[in-house]
Amino acid sequence: MHELAVAQALVEQVDAVIDQHNAAQASMIRVRIGPLAGVVPELLATAFPLAAAGSRMEHAALEFTHAPIRVRCQTCGLDTEAAMNRLVCGACGDWHTQLISGDELLLESVELATTPSLTPES
Amino acid sequence: MCDTCGCNLTPGNKHLAFKPVAKGATAVSVLKGLLAKNDDQAAHNRAHFDRRGILAINLMSSPGSGKTALLEATLVALKDEFTCAVIEGDLETENDAERIRAKGVQAHQIVTGTACHLDAHLVHDALHHMSLDGVDLLFIENVGNLVCPASFDLGQHLNVTLLSVTEGDDKPAKYPVMFRAADAMLLTKIDLLAVLDDFDCDKAEAHLRNLANPAPVMRLSARKELGMEAWYAWLREQLAAQRARVAVGQSRRPAIQSDGMKYHRVTA
Repeated sequence: MHELAVAQALVEQVDAVIDQHNAAQASMIRVRIGPLAGVVPELLATAFPLAAAGSRMEHAALEFTHAPIRVRCQTCGLDTEAAMNRLVCGACGDWHTQLISGDELLLESVELATTPSLTPES
Repeated sequence: MCDTCGCNLTPGNKHLAFKPVAKGATAVSVLKGLLAKNDDQAAHNRAHFDRRGILAINLMSSPGSGKTALLEATLVALKDEFTCAVIEGDLETENDAERIRAKGVQAHQIVTGTACHLDAHLVHDALHHMSLDGVDLLFIENVGNLVCPASFDLGQHLNVTLLSVTEGDDKPAKYPVMFRAADAMLLTKIDLLAVLDDFDCDKAEAHLRNLANPAPVMRLSARKELGMEAWYAWLREQLAAQRARVAVGQSRRPAIQSDGMKYHRVTA
């Protein structure tokens, strides 16, 4: 349910990028998201059109890069893949690990339309 | 770090930045935390607390796990030691703030309407309605919810997550985002363990460790005053640590966020 708040934050950020580059609109938005960010990509995709309605990105495609969950073991030093509720080392089983990927919630990149859009604003 | 000169590109994230694009479009790499605006406000709140030497604690749990009861007992017990203040978050009613005020402690109620969590801006607005003069400890009682509050930094120094024994000992496994964020986990209402045969405190702790979380686990009952001394001792210790940090111009974010940042989190 908080995905709408996240979608609104996303729209604000992309809007700033469009301004920064004097572009007309955004055509593609890529978000890097990890399962431990606490944001569900499907729900964010549903909330995005609501937040983007009437903006310069309302026709933009929203795409996701899914970050894998990976941990670095502080005991044996190995990087391994882990499950969302089992962040233990995949090699030695120790729970003294550090998450190195999987909780990202990043605006990774934006594609901006550099040519006038098909329906230019007057 | 900034968004203009490329200094937020590191060897670790460089491969994300340059991608082929369709003709007639340019790709712009951003790599900015999606909640950067909330995080900026949170940093502002935290700086505000640090300037005043206040320790801010965010209490999170399901509805009905005893956050307000814990506060009532804590505020009475620490009355002569520290000055406390409380921000209450609920969808509706002023009930919780009234319970706190009945203990003679300043409380501000945030009524979120339909919002399922507090964010840094709501907390900032609340601070404008409060007098923080002489306050040592600020408790922020988040909206009862094991999902959404975990994703929003409020400017707190520590997250305390409550799990009542009537809920089920596998809650940390079911809500890993929330429990991974805990700087301390409190197992509450332990006086009821005698009549419950399905809650195992050791299992709850094991589920927390499976999230690679070293946070202390305290077992207590606020109503029956069981195990409360360990909680008070932890608060005293944390306040002393906060004062020591403030004295040397340092601050602290809840452990989960600062750890992740070292590896891969890029914020502006």
